[in-house]
Amino acid sequence: MTMTTSPDVTQATTDATVLVGTTKGLFALHSTDGRNEFELSGPTFPGEEVYATCIDNRSGTTRLFTGSVSNHWGPVLRRSDDLGATWTEDEAAALRFPDSADASLARIWQLAPGPGDQPDVIYAGVEPAALFRSDDGGRSFSLVDGLWNHPHRTQWQPGGGGLCLHTVLVHPDDPQRLLIAISAAGVYLSDDGGSSWRASNRGIVVGFVPDGEDLEFGQCVHKVARDAGDPERLYLQHHGGIYRSDNGGDQWTAMTGIAGMDFGFPVVAHPSRPSTAYLLPLESDMFRCTPDGQCIVWKTADAGATWEPLTKGLPQQDAYLSVLRDAFTTDGQDPAGLYFGTRTGEIYASTDDGDGWRLIAQHLPPVLSVRAAPTSI
Amino acid sequence: MDVRVCVPAQLRDLVGGNAVLELSVGDAADEATTVTSVLDALAAEHPALERRVRDEQGRTRRHVNLFIGAENMRDLDGPSTAIHPGQDLSIIPAVSGG
Repeated sequence: MTMTTSPDVTQATTDATVLVGTTKGLFALHSTDGRNEFELSGPTFPGEEVYATCIDNRSGTTRLFTGSVSNHWGPVLRRSDDLGATWTEDEAAALRFPDSADASLARIWQLAPGPGDQPDVIYAGVEPAALFRSDDGGRSFSLVDGLWNHPHRTQWQPGGGGLCLHTVLVHPDDPQRLLIAISAAGVYLSDDGGSSWRASNRGIVVGFVPDGEDLEFGQCVHKVARDAGDPERLYLQHHGGIYRSDNGGDQWTAMTGIAGMDFGFPVVAHPSRPSTAYLLPLESDMFRCTPDGQCIVWKTADAGATWEPLTKGLPQQDAYLSVLRDAFTTDGQDPAGLYFGTRTGEIYASTDDGDGWRLIAQHLPPVLSVRAAPTSI
Repeated sequence: MDVRVCVPAQLRDLVGGNAVLELSVGDAADEATTVTSVLDALAAEHPALERRVRDEQGRTRRHVNLFIGAENMRDLDGPSTAIHPGQDLSIIPAVSGG
C-alpha cells in the first residue's frame, strides 16, 4: 500500500499505525505507548507484492486500502474498515481498465485520498501509467480519460520499475488542481480536476539523453512532496537531481545544498512545519545504496537552501541500504513521526522530527511502501 | 453442458472454500464447449476468481496454467480448446513467481 495519509495533521494523539508493504505481503506496526514501542503483525496477503497502501482518516473513521499484485494471480485492490482485521475485495473489480482502453492493470502504485472535504474521493495511480478516480470511497474507480488520452502518452517510456504513475497530489485549497508524476514521463498538472493536463517539467535536467536540458517531458521523476506551509512549494526527487518549485510545479529549480547527492527515490515534507523536508539519497543510479555505507537522512528547514545530515541512531558503517520511493513517510503528527523501510527489510523510525532514529523492525521481506497515521483519530 | 472447474487451494477463499465448481455452460445438449466459454461463465458467477485467471483483455495470466484433463491448454488450441462432457478444467499456478 502506498499508504498515503490524509493531509490533516493530528496533534491530539501520540500513537501510530505504520503499514509496511513488502514484496511478500503486508505488515503492520502498532504503538500503544506513545510511539515508544511498536508491535509487528503480519504478513497479510502473504506472497503478494504490496506497492500501495493508504490510511484515510477523512470520514471520521479510519479506512485502509491496499494495492497488491501476485505474480500468479494479478493485481487487486482491497479495503478495510476495521484497521486491517478484515479486508474486502469487491466482487466486481474496483479498479480495472475499461474495454476501450485496450490495456490491463499491472500494478497499483499509489492510493491517495482526495480533498479533505470529499471523503469519498480517492485517486489511484497505476501501471501502465494512468490515473483512476473513485467517488464512492474506493468501491469503484473510473479511468481519468483526460490523462489517458493525452497525446504524449504513447511516447512515455518506463523507468526501471515500469511505466508507473506513482505520485498524486491534490492542491489543499483547490481540489481542481492536481499534480501527478510518472516514471519516466515527468510531472503533469491539471487545473480542471483532471479533464486536461499539461507537462510541467521546466528546469528539470535529464542526464540520460544527449540533449536533456529543455525536455517538455520524459523526466524520470521519482517522487514529489508538497510543503506544509506553502501549497505552491513542492520538493522533487529526480533520477538525477533534487528540485524545488515555488509556483505549484510550473518551474523547477535545482537544490544544490547536498553536494554530489543527486540520486534517490523518496522525498517527504514535514506534515506541519513550513519549508521543512527530508531526503534519503543513494550513491548513484549505478550503485543504489546509501553512500559510503552510511545511512543518512537529510533535512532542510529552509526550503532546500541548506541541508542537515541526520545520523543519530542510523547505521554509519557498512550499511548499504536502499529505500524506494514510497518507503519513507510521516505519520502526520507533531512532532512528526518519520518512518522508512529498506530493501533489506528494516524499518527505522523517528518520533522527534528526525533528530533521533531507532530500528523498530528487521528481517522483513524487501520493503516497497510505508505509510503511517495516528492510530486513533 | 456442465463443466467442472478445479480451483487451487490458494483461491478457494474466493469461492466459499470449494475445491470444485460446477458450471453450466451453453446448452445442456452441447457436445463441447471451449475454455473461453467456461471462463466467461466463471466470470459471471465468480468474477473475483476469473480475474485471477484472465486480465481485462481476456488474456490468461502468464503464470496461470489451465489444464483440460491432463493437457495444458497452451499445448492445445489455447482459449479455443474444446472441452467435452466429462472433462474438467483445472486452474493450476505455474512453477514460477516468488
